[in-house]
Amino acid sequence: MTTDKSVALTRFSAYVPKYRVSRAQIGALVGQSGRGKRAIANFDEDSTTMAVEAAAPIVADGTQPDSLWFATTSPAYVDKVNATAVHAALGLPSETAAYDLGANFRSGFASILAASRSGGLAVMADVREGKAGGPDDKDSADLAAAFSFAPDDGDPAATVLATASRSAEFLDRWRLPGSMTGTTWEERFGQGVYGGLGDAVVRDVLERAEVALSDVAAVVVTSPNARAARQYAAGLQKRVGGARSSSDLLDLLGNSGTAQFGVELVDQLERASAGDLVLAVSLADGADALLLRVGERSASASLPVRQQLEQVIEVDYAKYLLWRGRFAGESARRPDPTRPSSPFASRNVDFKFGLQGGRCRKCGTVQFPRPRVCLSCKAMDDFDDVSTAGRTATVATYTIDRLAFTASPPLVGAVLDLEGGGRLQCELTDVDANSIAVGNVVQMTFRLINTVEGIRNYFWKARPADAVATTEES
Amino acid sequence: MATHSLKDRVAIIGAGCTPFGEHFDKSIDDLIVDAVTETLKDSGLDFADIDAYWMGTYISGISGLTLSRPLRLEGKPVTRVENMCATGSDAFRNAVYAVASGAVDVAMAVGAEKLKDNGYSGLISPRPQDDGTRFGTSAPASFSLLGPAYQARHGVDAETFRDAMTHVAWKNHANGVPNPRAQFRKNISKEAIANSPLVAGNLGVLDCSGVADGAAAVIVVRAEDAHKYTDKPLYVKALALVAGSAAGPIDSTYDYTTFPEVRAAAADAYAQAGITNPRRELALAEVHDCFTPTEILLMEDLGFSEVGSACDDVLSGAFDHDGDLPVNCDGGLKSFGHPVGASGLRMLFECWLQLRGEAGERQIATADRGLALTHNLGGAPGDCVSFIGIVGSQLG
Repeated sequence: MTTDKSVALTRFSAYVPKYRVSRAQIGALVGQSGRGKRAIANFDEDSTTMAVEAAAPIVADGTQPDSLWFATTSPAYVDKVNATAVHAALGLPSETAAYDLGANFRSGFASILAASRSGGLAVMADVREGKAGGPDDKDSADLAAAFSFAPDDGDPAATVLATASRSAEFLDRWRLPGSMTGTTWEERFGQGVYGGLGDAVVRDVLERAEVALSDVAAVVVTSPNARAARQYAAGLQKRVGGARSSSDLLDLLGNSGTAQFGVELVDQLERASAGDLVLAVSLADGADALLLRVGERSASASLPVRQQLEQVIEVDYAKYLLWRGRFAGESARRPDPTRPSSPFASRNVDFKFGLQGGRCRKCGTVQFPRPRVCLSCKAMDDFDDVSTAGRTATVATYTIDRLAFTASPPLVGAVLDLEGGGRLQCELTDVDANSIAVGNVVQMTFRLINTVEGIRNYFWKARPADAVATTEES
Repeated sequence: MATHSLKDRVAIIGAGCTPFGEHFDKSIDDLIVDAVTETLKDSGLDFADIDAYWMGTYISGISGLTLSRPLRLEGKPVTRVENMCATGSDAFRNAVYAVASGAVDVAMAVGAEKLKDNGYSGLISPRPQDDGTRFGTSAPASFSLLGPAYQARHGVDAETFRDAMTHVAWKNHANGVPNPRAQFRKNISKEAIANSPLVAGNLGVLDCSGVADGAAAVIVVRAEDAHKYTDKPLYVKALALVAGSAAGPIDSTYDYTTFPEVRAAAADAYAQAGITNPRRELALAEVHDCFTPTEILLMEDLGFSEVGSACDDVLSGAFDHDGDLPVNCDGGLKSFGHPVGASGLRMLFECWLQLRGEAGERQIATADRGLALTHNLGGAPGDCVSFIGIVGSQLG
C-alpha cells in the first residue's frame, strides 16, 4: 500500500544484551566448529524485559503512543498478553491499547505496520535457543528493538514512503507450540522461494513510492532463513551498487527472530544521513517491504547498535545452558521463593512495574513505593507521583550475598540513592561482582526476579549506566 | 504521655534454660516441658501456682496452645507473643506488666524455638504474602552492609574492623567453652574465624550466630512477695521496646552505622533504671550478637563506647570475660546458639546466674555492681525492633 504521507517514524531504539557465547564452544559440544560469538540475554531477562529495555528510551522523553504492538517468537506467557507488562513498565496510560502479535518471525514487520498505521509503538524482542550444540543455539541472538510513529510534524526521524507485502504458504522453518526447538527444511528450498517473493515486494514498494532502486542508500533484509537473508541482501546491494547493509549483524550477534528486522533497521537508521532512502525487507512466510526516507532528526533514542556491540561480557556455554534451565544447577539450600500475589501486585502495579513513588507535598521527601505516611515529616496521604523513568542512581553501599536465592549466584545487593531523591534496595545485574564500588552510577532495568509456580515475577534491578550517548551531534 | 518506670515493682524468682543446640531428638513440646519444669523446680512452685503465661515463639507454634497443650494446662490464660528476635524478651515484658498491674500474682514467661526440624542450615522466616518486590537478601547480607559504612564514616580501616569482628567471635566462643548449656563449646582460633568461608560481604560462616533449638523461662512476682520464694530475687529495673519506623532501607539519610531503635530503647531503659554510665554501672551485658559487626556497633548504641571507638574498645579486651564490662559472658548468640524465641530469656537466665553468684567457673568479677542488661535486635539495619531490659540484685 502507499502510506499516508502524514505518518512518520518519530523515535527508534535497539537493545543488545552485553553477554556473548563463543560459537566454537557451542559447536564443540557436538564436534562442530564455529566462528565468532552470539549475543545472549542475561539469566534474568526474557522477551518482555528486553522489550522494556528497548522501548524505555523511546518513551523517556514523554512520547505517548496511541497503541503498543509487541512481537516475539518467545513469549513469556501465552493466553495472557505480554504487552501489558511492557505497557505497565513503560508507565503508559491505561487508555493505550497493548497487543501481542503471533509467535512467528513475520510479526516483527507486522508490529511496525500496525504501529505505523495507528501512531503506535512497535516493540520486538526475542530470546532464541535451539538444541544444545546445534545451529539454532549457535547462530541465534537475543535482541530487541522499538519504533514509535506519529503524525508527521515536518521533522521526523524518517518518513514511511510505502510498504508492500506478499503472503505465501510453504514450510521453510517451523516449530510446534511448547517446543523449544524448531525445524528447518533444506535451506536452499526457502532461499529460492524467498528470492521470488522479495523481488515482488521490492518492485511494488519502489513503484508505489515512485523511486528507483538505484536511489536506495541502505538495505535491510532479514529472514528466519539466514542464508536467504544474506543472499538476498547481497543481491540487492549489488543491484543498487554499493548500498549499505546490516547483514554482518548475523555474524556479530546472530539471528534474533522478530527483533532481527528491528535491530538491523535501527542500525541503518543510525548510520544514514538525512534524505537517505532505506529499503527494509522481511522474508518470512511471504515477504514484506518498507521504504523509509531518513529525516533530519534521525538519532537513536538508545546507545547506537555499533556502540552496544563493544560492550561485551563473555560467558561460558555451560553457564548459558544453566541460565536457560537446560539442566538443573545447585542452588542455595533455602526453600523456594513464594509466588507473588496477583491482587497485591495489581494494587502495587505503579511501583512493581512502573517503579513510581511519591514525593511528600509537605517536606519534599521522595520515597518508594508511594506510602500512606511520610517517613520524614509523617504527613498522611499527601504525595505527588514520582516517576524514575530515565533516572540514574548511585550505589550508596552493596554486598555480595552467597546465601540468597538466585538463578545465577552470588546475588549482588545494593542500596541506591536515586537521582532526584529517594532510596531503593535492589539487585545489581549485568555486573562483575568484583568491580562494584560505592559511588558507581547505575540505571534501573526491568528484570525477571524469578519464576515461581509459573508466575514470572518481574521487578526492577540496576545495571551499570551506559556511557553517555553522543546526543549533541544529532 | 510517657513510659513510666516500673523499677523495683516486679521480681524474678525463678529461671531455667535448656541446653541450646541441634536437638534432633527433642520436639518443641519437649523443650517447653524441660524449660518450664526446670524453672518451676528452681522456684519451688507447681503449674497450678502460675496465674498466667506468656509464650514467646517466632515460628515454632501458633497461639497460647503452643504452651498449654504440652503442659496440659487447665483453665489458664496463655498468650503467644511474637516480635522477631525480641520475642522471648517481649513475653517477659508482658508478664512483668501483668504482675505490675495487679492483675495476677505469679506469671511465667517462656521462650522456645525449634529451628532444626526444617532441613535448612540457616534461619527460615515465614513471610506474609507479598507482590514480589521485597528485596530478597539473606540476613547476613543485610548486616554485612554495616562494616563498610562504619569504616567509611569513622575512618576505620578494613583490617581493624575485620580484627574487631574476629575478636567478637573469638571472645564469644571462648565464653561458651565453660557453659554446659552452650551449643558450641570449643575455642576457635582467630585465624580460623578470619578465614572462614564467605557468606555475604566480608562475613564468613564464623561471623554468624548459631542456629539452634532451645527454650528458657522465668517466673515473676510482685517485688514485695519475692522473698517468699527465694533469698536472692532479681528486681526488674527497666523494660524498653522500640519497633522502628522501618524506613531505613528507603531513607537516604540512614547511613548503616547505627541502630536508631537501639539508641532510643537504651535512652528509655537507662532513664527508667537511673543509669548514667552504663559501662561502669553494669555488671554485665547480654547483647544481640547475631553477626559480629552487630556487636561492634551495639557497643556504641548501648553507650558502652564512644562513637567511632568501638573497634578499639573491643580489641583492647574491654568487653572480654575479664574486661571492665563483660559482654555475652555466656557465649552470646554466637556460641550459646540462637533459638530465636528463647534467646531473650536465655540472656535473662545468664543474668540470674551471674548476679546471684551461681555461674560457676564462668562467674564474672564484676557481679557486685548488681545490674545486668539484656538486649535484642530483630530485623535488619534500619528496619528492626529492639528490646532492652535491666535487672538488678538489690532494691533501690
